[in-house]
Amino acid sequence: MAYALQQLINGLTLGAMYGLIAIGYTMVYGIIGMINFAHGDIFMVSAFIAVTCFTLLAAADVSSIPLALMFVLVVTIFFTSAYGWAVERVAYRPLRGATRLAPLISAIGMSIFLQNTVQLTQGARVKPIPPVIEGGIEVWNTADFAVQIGWSQLLIIVTTVVLMVAFNWMISHTAFGRQQRSCEQDRTMAALLGVNVDRTISLTFMLGAALAAVAGVMVTVYYGVVDFFIGFLAGIKAFTAAVLGGIGSLPGAMLGGLLIGLIESFWAAYLWAEYKDVATFGILCLVLMLRPSGLLGRPEVEKV
Amino acid sequence: MNKTLLATALAALGLAAQPALAELPVAIAGPMTGQYASAGDQIRKGAEMAIADINASGGVLGEKLVLEVGDDACDPKQAVSVANTMVNKEIVFMHGHWCSSSTIPASDVYYEADIPMATVSTNPQVTERGLENIFRIMGRDDQQGLVAGTYLADHFKGKKIAVVDDKSAYGKGLADEIAKAMTARGAVPALRESITAGEKDYSGLVTKLKRDGVQVMAYGGYHTEVALILRQAQQAGLDLTVMGGDTMTNSELVTAAGPAADKVLFTFSPDPRKNAAAAPVVEKFRAAQIEPEGYVLYAYAAMQLFEQAAKAAGSTDYEALQKAILAGSFDTVIGNLSFDAKGDQKAPGFVVYQWQGGQYDYAR
Repeated sequence: MAYALQQLINGLTLGAMYGLIAIGYTMVYGIIGMINFAHGDIFMVSAFIAVTCFTLLAAADVSSIPLALMFVLVVTIFFTSAYGWAVERVAYRPLRGATRLAPLISAIGMSIFLQNTVQLTQGARVKPIPPVIEGGIEVWNTADFAVQIGWSQLLIIVTTVVLMVAFNWMISHTAFGRQQRSCEQDRTMAALLGVNVDRTISLTFMLGAALAAVAGVMVTVYYGVVDFFIGFLAGIKAFTAAVLGGIGSLPGAMLGGLLIGLIESFWAAYLWAEYKDVATFGILCLVLMLRPSGLLGRPEVEKV
Repeated sequence: MNKTLLATALAALGLAAQPALAELPVAIAGPMTGQYASAGDQIRKGAEMAIADINASGGVLGEKLVLEVGDDACDPKQAVSVANTMVNKEIVFMHGHWCSSSTIPASDVYYEADIPMATVSTNPQVTERGLENIFRIMGRDDQQGLVAGTYLADHFKGKKIAVVDDKSAYGKGLADEIAKAMTARGAVPALRESITAGEKDYSGLVTKLKRDGVQVMAYGGYHTEVALILRQAQQAGLDLTVMGGDTMTNSELVTAAGPAADKVLFTFSPDPRKNAAAAPVVEKFRAAQIEPEGYVLYAYAAMQLFEQAAKAAGSTDYEALQKAILAGSFDTVIGNLSFDAKGDQKAPGFVVYQWQGGQYDYAR
C-alpha cells in the first residue's frame, strides 16, 4: 500500500510535467487547428535557459532558494515566451493562408533548427546543475516502506495545480480568454467583431511557451540534468497526453498528462518496466478506438 | 568463389587508385555527438595526439597520417553509414566504434572492405563472429562481468543486490554476465530489471529498489543513466551503491551525479596512467590541458598499434597488416598488446575501481 502511494506520488510528479507541456499543444491546436511540432523543443530551450540562470546565480552567490527560484522562473518564462512568439511569427504567420500541410512542415523545420542550434552552441554533452532543492518529508512510515515526498516533487505538483486553476479562470473569465475562445470558434467572425486575431494567436503561442518554461524549470530542478535531446521524448509524450485527453480541451490536456504519468509509473512498478512505453501507447490506441475525440474532447462539428 | 572474384576486383581497383598518396588516412569512429559524446571526445583527443606524435617522428613508411573522424552517435544505423563513408575515404585503419551495438554492424562493412580495426567495445559478440579484421584492445564483458560479479558476491555478503540493464547490446551483455558470476558465487540477484536509456525519470525503478530493500545495484549500461538513478535515489532516501562497467570512467558522471558519484564502483582495465612506460605521454596530455582518463590512452595506443604493425609488415595492405597484428607483440601506452586467433587481447585483466571526490582509483 505504502509502495503504491509512493508510485502514485512519482506518477503525479511526472504527469504534472507532461500536463504543463501538453497545454501548449492543445491551446495552439484549439486556435489554429494545427499541431505545433516545435513545442517540445521550446520546452528544451527553456530548460537550457533555466540551467544558465542557475549557473549565473550560483556564480553570484545567491543562497536564498525561494528567491533564486522566483528569479529563474521569471527570466525563463520571459525568454521562452519570446521563443514562442518567434516560432509563430517565423513558421506560422507567413503561412496562415497556405494549405494545412505547409505550416506543419515549417514547424518540424523549426524543431530541427532549435535542436541543432542548441546542440551546436551549447555542446552535445549533458548539462548538470548541483541539486537545488534537497530532502523531503516522510509522509507515512509503515514497517517495511517509508513513503517520502521530496520538496521538489511537492513544488512541482503544487505549482501545476495553482497554474491550472489560474489558467482555467483566465480562459473562462477575462477579456483575453474571451477573445481566445472566440478566435477558436471562428477567426473571421472574431476579426469582424474587432478582435485582433494576430495578437491573440501570438499571445496563445506565448502562453503555451510560458507553461512549457515552467515545466522546463521544474525538470531542471527535479532531475538536475538537461541535454539538447530532451525535447523530443517529452514532446511526444505531452502530445500523446493532449490527444488522450481530447485535443483542444485544456482540462483534457491536464488529465491526459496525469494519466500518462500514472500509467507509466504504475506499469513500471508492478509489471515489466521495459514495456512501459508499449503500455502507454497501447492505452492511447484503446481510448482513441472507443472515443475518437479523446477523453474530454468534443467531436468536431463541421463548420458550414 | 564470387567473393574472391569481387575481392580481387576491389583489390585491383584499390591498386589502380593508390599511386602517389602522400597521406595515409586512418580513422576513428564513435559517439562524437549525442548523449555519450564525451566518450567520443576522449577518443578524438587521444587519436589526435597520437597522430601528431607519429607524424612528428616521420610518419608511417614515409607517409603522413591524416585523421578521419566518424560520428555514429551510438546509433547502429548511423554506424553503418559512417562505415560506408570511411570505406569510400579509403582508410587503411580504423579505431572504433565505441558502443558495442555500433561496432558489431559496422565491423561487417570494414570486413567486406578489408580494413583492419581496433576497438574498445566489450560485448563478446564483437570478436565471436569470425571476422579476422577486428582486434579488441580492451577486455570482454564476460571477463568484466566475472570480476564485477565476484567482487559483489564477496564484498556485499548478505546484502540485497539488484541487476539492472539498459537493453543495449553492451548493457544487457554485461548485466547478464554479472548476474551469472554472482549466482555462481551463491549471491542470487534480488531483482532483475531493464530500463529505457535516454529517459529522465527513473523514480519508478528507484522506488522498486527501495521496496525490496536493495542496497547495491549492478548496472549494465552507460554513465548518464547511472547519474540520474543516483540523484533520484538520494531524493527518495535510498542509500544505493552502484557497480558498473568500463563506461563509468567518464568524469561526466561526477558532474551530473554530484557527491553521490562516490557510491559508484566499476570495472576497468588496470589504469594505464599508472603505467611507468606511459608517463611521458601522460605528461604530454596534461601539459595540453587534457586529462588522459577513460579512452584517451586507448585511442593513443590504437594508433601506436597501427604504426608498429605497419612498420613490422613494411606495408599498409590489409593482408600484411592483419598478419602483422595477429603475430606481433606491441608496446603501447596501455601496456603490451598481443592477440589471440579471435582478435581478443591475450592478457586483458580487469580491476575494480571506485570514484572518490572526482577521481577514480582502485577500490579497497
